Amino acid sequence: MGYTLIEKIIKKNAGLEDIAPGQIVTVNVDRVMVHDIFIPFVADKFQEMGFKKLWDPDKVVLIYDHLVPTSAVEDVRHFQIGDAFVEKYGLTHVHRRDGICHQLMTEAGYAKPGDIVFGTDSHTTTYGCVGCFSSGIGYTEMASILGTGEMWVRVPETIKIVINGKLPANVTSKDIILRIIGDLRADGATYKALEITGSTVDEMSVASRMTISNMAVEAGAKCCLFRPDEKTCSYSEVSPEETAWLYGDDDADYERIISYKAEEFVPVCACPSQVDNIHPVSDVEGTKIDQVFIGSCTNGRLEDLAVAARILEGKKVACKCIITPASRKIYIEAIEAGYMDILAKAGCIITQPGCGLCCGRAGGILTDGEKVVATNNRNFLGRMGTSKVGIYLASPATAATSAITATISVPK
Amino acid sequence: MNQFTGKVWVLGDDIDTDIIIPTDYLALPTVEDMKQYGFSPLRPDLASLIQEGDIIVAGKNFGCGSSREQAPEIIKALKVGCVIAKSYARIFFRNSINNGLLLIENSEIQDVVKEGDMLTVSPGEYLELDGKRYSISTLPDNLMDIINAGGLVKAMQKRNGVI
Amino acid sequence: MGMTIGEKIIARAAGVDVVKPNDIHTVTLDRMMSNDGTTHLTVDMYNNKLKHPKIADNKKVVFIMDHNVPAENPKTAEAHKKMRNFAREHDIALYEGQGICHQIMMEDYVCPGELIFGADSHTTTYGALGAFGTGVGCTDFLYAMTTGTSWVMVPETLRFNLHGKLPEGVYARDLILTIIGDIGANGANYKIMEFAGDGAHNLTIDERIVLCNLTVEAGAKAGIVEPDEKVVEFCQAHGRKAVHMFKSDEDASFARVYEYDLSKIKPVVVRPDFVDNFDTLEVVKKEKIKIDESFVGSCNNGRIEDLRIAADVVKGRQVHPNVRFLIAPASQAVYIQALEEGIITTLMKAGAMVMNTNCSVCWGSCQGVIGKDEVLISTGTRNFKGRAGDPSSKVYMANAATCAASAVKGYICGPEDL
Repeated sequence: MGYTLIEKIIKKNAGLEDIAPGQIVTVNVDRVMVHDIFIPFVADKFQEMGFKKLWDPDKVVLIYDHLVPTSAVEDVRHFQIGDAFVEKYGLTHVHRRDGICHQLMTEAGYAKPGDIVFGTDSHTTTYGCVGCFSSGIGYTEMASILGTGEMWVRVPETIKIVINGKLPANVTSKDIILRIIGDLRADGATYKALEITGSTVDEMSVASRMTISNMAVEAGAKCCLFRPDEKTCSYSEVSPEETAWLYGDDDADYERIISYKAEEFVPVCACPSQVDNIHPVSDVEGTKIDQVFIGSCTNGRLEDLAVAARILEGKKVACKCIITPASRKIYIEAIEAGYMDILAKAGCIITQPGCGLCCGRAGGILTDGEKVVATNNRNFLGRMGTSKVGIYLASPATAATSAITATISVPK
Repeated sequence: MNQFTGKVWVLGDDIDTDIIIPTDYLALPTVEDMKQYGFSPLRPDLASLIQEGDIIVAGKNFGCGSSREQAPEIIKALKVGCVIAKSYARIFFRNSINNGLLLIENSEIQDVVKEGDMLTVSPGEYLELDGKRYSISTLPDNLMDIINAGGLVKAMQKRNGVI
Repeated sequence: MGMTIGEKIIARAAGVDVVKPNDIHTVTLDRMMSNDGTTHLTVDMYNNKLKHPKIADNKKVVFIMDHNVPAENPKTAEAHKKMRNFAREHDIALYEGQGICHQIMMEDYVCPGELIFGADSHTTTYGALGAFGTGVGCTDFLYAMTTGTSWVMVPETLRFNLHGKLPEGVYARDLILTIIGDIGANGANYKIMEFAGDGAHNLTIDERIVLCNLTVEAGAKAGIVEPDEKVVEFCQAHGRKAVHMFKSDEDASFARVYEYDLSKIKPVVVRPDFVDNFDTLEVVKKEKIKIDESFVGSCNNGRIEDLRIAADVVKGRQVHPNVRFLIAPASQAVYIQALEEGIITTLMKAGAMVMNTNCSVCWGSCQGVIGKDEVLISTGTRNFKGRAGDPSSKVYMANAATCAASAVKGYICGPEDL
């Protein structure tokens, strides 16, 4: 009997002979990520628990992203507490202005194939794109890892999703994950691991896979893993030999196997106000919108900006179109590729990299009766302003196309 | 944990963490400052109406969304006796256990309970409404250990010899 | 008796041959600008306080969203919605996130000799093109918008004869901060500050903007540089014609005449909490004042020349890890030019945070707000107590080079200290 990918990672990490879903296992954590919103609470709990030092400062990454740039006086308090924590416990991996945590964790090589990583943010599932078991936790739990380096996990059942074939033009990995969430529903993968395979995802860039792993949590998933390949190795700067063990066995015990034909995907969006309220974009085409947002850890990468630039080249946006690159590196690459020039000339508002609008604290908040097409990961009530804002989650292609006419439009 | 009776507030499916506490209020210094905004996008007045020992009954996937631990902390700060839902999102579930907030899984009570009803909870055993009992399960041992220790902070304090 | 530039502009707007200080005249306005700081209040008054409101000439009205762009909370989003809907309803030119109001006005509207009201104090900026721009409150603005006219009392004029050139590493910002330090924050109260002389004509239009923009910090009603060939070229390059090129008459009467030798000006650091709390960089830098944030931007110092200076200073260096170095280009056009010149890349590589074009740090809202006890060094327009965030925070004002150098070192210093 074989093992699924997540089973292999946990088994190896804990040095077990055998492993099965439902088992409670204590794992040795390879890396943790704490962001600015939660550092004050983590620091408090860490102290309250009676720890004197970090289990391993090299394994801790602190990232400021939700409050960068600050939009309120109190925001600075988070930096002050974070900086004091850095000083006191000797952290060396600190990013105060470089972009969104999830982008940086893989981009800067903190989360590698086969690692076990936890972060104080639900979208920590993102690092599954390089075959890393990563998941979000709360700050109390984070404080205890910081002291012990350990965490208990329940070995999850695995749902395998197989996607074969060639995606139609203007259909992106965002449309795939939205469709999957719509099919599984918002709680369809709760406590479970997703493992995504097939020729379609083999063809995908690591960045596109990242979009899928990122949003898997919206179906409740604990993690969402891709088998590392050559692209992964080159992205994560590891050798193929190091990742050779990272695949799900054919005879592993999958809870379910769901198959999709790539050709059958269409551009979709998550309509207000549930992530699993998925409809083809064509169903809501023509809906008047007030704003477009392209960014976030879901879709703020270079290839996303490339799509937006291709669609908006030589055009003018008809409503506010806010672009928030996921990281400093991406911002610079987008300048060098000429995308920023095109987007700025089209009238887009290009902001400093960070969580921006997605976390609802700044960067384009809306009000009653307004509608937005956004490339991020959540459309919950009140997420981007008042509870009477309609948020449509879609791909960068759909978002950019919709900006041209200020109506929801199918990318062509 | 002893049996208790509380007034019921009924919420629907997929009560997400942005509903439980919108991001905008997360930068407030303490959970006490935040709790008045609990559930505000959905029901602005709810936080002010909840009394100590009240019970929240919801549908599936309660607490879905972000890892913000303020979500269970706020429910605890509002002195809610327990939450009863058809299912819970993963991170919210862990966070609640770590903070000693009692979560009960049950899929029957939603069909019979109305807002304002008085519901009796006997943790690990049953729910009782209008003389009828609905069975509920217990938690795994490792979680009961954390709850019995009084939450994860207390468990770590014991480990570190602070208490 | 001759007239000054400002008097000639008012005479033209009033349709009279001669005006003299302290006269009150009804004037026809050439243009009216309002931004998202107050437009929602004007709109409320328009809709609720007037009986049969109507806009005199919608082609003369410009609405610009720059103070809170993009919106950082539902309240500003609501104010924006009101402004946007009103502009659509009345066919008023609307700019959203395309630049700071005064920069947009310079790029797209202002012509020499015009009389322009702006619902923002730094409307004095437009004097860089020989126009009379002045700030008004929203009630005055509402009257102007609905009637196309207003009343003005003719101010006295202070004449500043500028001579020579600024030394290398000294900028128009140092000049105007020196002047404000000399005459004080009320030194030009209700007066026009008129700049002329070879030193004034040596300045680029961007530098003249810096000069006129801050005249309000000395209390001036308007700041005007005597227009010249550079103004004509600027207007042509932006598709406009410079018609009314007013100069003060030989026998015009000035309340006072000042002489400034530009070669004597030194880099300035203004201390908190008043714009006339003048000191020199030379003196201030000895104190090695630790900073938490540095800002290059605003309608005063967010233009291409300023971004170039900042980029030159940080090129190949890294911003201090504990400093937030924020950049806000003055307009989308400035941003695009900076992109094309590689300036944005240089700034980003050095660890600066480049924000979208907006007012942000300069008025302590939306982006880059500073916290308790923090210190900011800024190219913004004001350093009043709590201006950039918490009331306990401090704001120092300096030129772009000093702000950039301080961002690298983590304390107030000049580029020569790197």
